[in-house]
Amino acid sequence: MRAGIVVGRVVATKKVESLEGRKLLLIQPTDWEKKPTGEVMVAVDTVGAGAAEFVFWVAAREAAVACGGTSLKDTPPVDAAVVGIIDGVNFPTSR
Amino acid sequence: MFIAKVIGNLWATRKHKSLVNSKLLLVQPVDGLTAEPKGSPVLAVDKYLGAGVGDMVLVMDEGNSARQILADKVAPVRTIVCGIIDYITVGNKSVKWH
Repeated sequence: MRAGIVVGRVVATKKVESLEGRKLLLIQPTDWEKKPTGEVMVAVDTVGAGAAEFVFWVAAREAAVACGGTSLKDTPPVDAAVVGIIDGVNFPTSR
Repeated sequence: MFIAKVIGNLWATRKHKSLVNSKLLLVQPVDGLTAEPKGSPVLAVDKYLGAGVGDMVLVMDEGNSARQILADKVAPVRTIVCGIIDYITVGNKSVKWH
């Protein structure tokens, strides 16, 4: 799981049926100190994250699993999903 | 699997239901021979072991294995702590890490 900041919403009226009812967020991947890394991408929201929130997300197969799909038939086509809103990060030692 | 050092922890009230009752640890992957950090820190789930900051841990980085360890088919988890390392032996040298 990696960190990111929600930078926007994506709205699409016409989409694949299994994506119906899912909130799409634009997220900027970051490191654990909120410094941006890499490019902005679209992720499905599973926790109700909103604008500017510091979140953690999963990619690949785990993202589809996060959306409730276990069998191939009901697995939505998702390759990134927000799975938690970060309240705090603790780095007690020097790395 | 890779070897990593626990460098911090993270808390989140709102999270996927499969992550409730698990610790969320920030782990820095390290080189197995030198313990030098390599790559960027990643968030790993620790449900059973209670690893803490400073521990060297064994981390599984594969989704299906992680779901088996958690015994949860719908856990959106790929990275999971599956051991706390006592020592590593390379040739006739043994390095204690805790």
